Amino acid sequence: MKRFFQNTWGWLDDRLGLSDMLGPSLKHLVPRDAKWWYVFGSATLVAFIVQVITGVALAFSYVPSSSQAYDTLKFITDEAPLGHFLRGLHYYGASAMVLMVGAHMAQTFLFGAYKYPREMNWSTGVLLLAFTLVMGFTGQLLRWDQTAAWSVVVAAEQAGRIPYIGGWLASFILGGTTIGGATLSRFFAIHVFLIPAFIFGFVFLHLWLVLRHGISDPPKPGKPVDPKTYKKEYHEELHRTGVPFWPDGAWRDMVFGTALIIGIVVLAIVFGPPPIENPPDPSILQADPRPDWYLLWYFAVLALIPPQIEGYVMILAPALIGVILFLAPILGSKGERHWSRRPWSIAVVLLSVLMIGSLWIAGAKSPWSPNFEAEPLPASVVGATSGPVARGAQVFHDRACINCHLIESLGGRRGPDLTFVSDRLTESDIIIRILNGGNNMPAFGNTLKPQEMEDLVTFLQTRRKGARPAKLAQ
Amino acid sequence: MKESSTNSIDPRAADGLPPGQAERRRFLTWLSVGLGGVCAALVGIPVVGFVLAPLLRKPAGQWRTVGKAADFAIGKTVNVVFEDPSPLPWAGVTARAAAWVRRESDERFIAFSVHCTHLGCPVRWMHDANLFLCPCHGGVYYQDGTVAAGPPPRPLFRYDVRVMNGEVQVKADAIPITTAL
Repeated sequence: MKRFFQNTWGWLDDRLGLSDMLGPSLKHLVPRDAKWWYVFGSATLVAFIVQVITGVALAFSYVPSSSQAYDTLKFITDEAPLGHFLRGLHYYGASAMVLMVGAHMAQTFLFGAYKYPREMNWSTGVLLLAFTLVMGFTGQLLRWDQTAAWSVVVAAEQAGRIPYIGGWLASFILGGTTIGGATLSRFFAIHVFLIPAFIFGFVFLHLWLVLRHGISDPPKPGKPVDPKTYKKEYHEELHRTGVPFWPDGAWRDMVFGTALIIGIVVLAIVFGPPPIENPPDPSILQADPRPDWYLLWYFAVLALIPPQIEGYVMILAPALIGVILFLAPILGSKGERHWSRRPWSIAVVLLSVLMIGSLWIAGAKSPWSPNFEAEPLPASVVGATSGPVARGAQVFHDRACINCHLIESLGGRRGPDLTFVSDRLTESDIIIRILNGGNNMPAFGNTLKPQEMEDLVTFLQTRRKGARPAKLAQ
Repeated sequence: MKESSTNSIDPRAADGLPPGQAERRRFLTWLSVGLGGVCAALVGIPVVGFVLAPLLRKPAGQWRTVGKAADFAIGKTVNVVFEDPSPLPWAGVTARAAAWVRRESDERFIAFSVHCTHLGCPVRWMHDANLFLCPCHGGVYYQDGTVAAGPPPRPLFRYDVRVMNGEVQVKADAIPITTAL
């Protein structure tokens, strides 16, 4: 039997030339010290392969029609055998791909592996990062629920801020002038055909460049990159101490890739896919669109930047970051590679992680958004069930103050916490603030009746430490 | 002195090409590249035109009846639902659109777009507070659509509105896009 398989393989290999084609690539020498830090690139590819396979499977049941996509996704999630699991795999596969591409970039940057002669390895990687994020965003839109439909509008509005061509781009994104029959089809074509084709092409180019220039050797302090001598020294060292990629280097990629897939499977089983929300009906206004986690930090940026410079930050900042990332190797293609000699590189990575992490937390909390679910304050918080204080608490709820202000941790976080407002504002301060607004608060002078105003101020004056209701003080 | 054909660096001579062969090869190269360009244009131009067509298609607004005038109380702002101006047959629920209609007086109606002018999220009317609130980034508008707080750069957009034969009609139009930088 063994001889039969050997003969069959020999025949196929002779006719197809597989060993001749793949052998040199698989056996190419890699630095002996390139170990676990080097697994993130292959892990990104593993996640992408998971996405391709699960995406093709999902496409067997998904109908990319504005009127039917929602129902087919409900079917896939709730009725199709393994559909729930498959959607989970696709979602967590996307998350893994974003995480791995980020880790791969950070490692490459810290190791100075973007320097000569691997500048284009880095730049093609930056393009692959951009394609990955576009895939993440368009993938969320293919869920085609209420959040997806409103996210398309948000994307069109953002594009609309681009000078001169903004209106055209918005129409391109919407597939016309409104959300409708043409909208989803565009994103389906972009998500399933266009961007994957780019990713396949650039992955091929990226891998070719890895083979052409070799895997960068781990950096050593005091051993700078000199374009005049680097290639000669690299190849001499490689031939002296290098090991073949298969299997001496590849086994770590296989181990880490397997762990990654196991992680994706476990997450898909335990947590399942993101829920399908209300239908994509633009006339349902009880919507609270949020991007998936990997773009939540940018959602926070859009809320926190000062309105005066918002137009510039919204468009120019991502463009500038993209250009800087793309051109980074050209700005510094030689010199020290080791992070200990490039402390600023550690600072850049740490600051990026801290910035995105902080914005991500802010985006998850969204304190700038009103709390539409706020209930009337309970009597235990109000401290009265009748009289002006109770009436004032009712006004506080009815006039939507509670949607933006906290009292005893109840309400919204858009405005200041008013639990102890009387400790810092006098009666006249409170009245002036309510009547005239200001500091990002609407004026209520034309809305509140005199009696309501009086009751509201009376209620707010009880919001101080010394005058807390007896129950609360306990 | 003329170089011999065996040690010349001239590729034509090195290949032992007869006279005129190099020009022929150059011509064939340009012919192939040119034909490639023609093929790309023949297929590519219609494809690009098809994909970019929505940029050029600007359907006219359509008047949509949203209710009887008598059903709109003066001083009240209500949500109305209508069909968008150019629904495709397979649009399903996505062909629906909405507006906030406010009756100011017997004759005067205002129809506000539901899209926040910041980034297009759907604003909600808080009837007791007389405010529109946006769920995304905290935009707030007064009852006349002017900005009360938050990041919106301009007041709520308005649709044309009229009363015909006792019915309120809103001119369904494009999603308003804030284009000012």
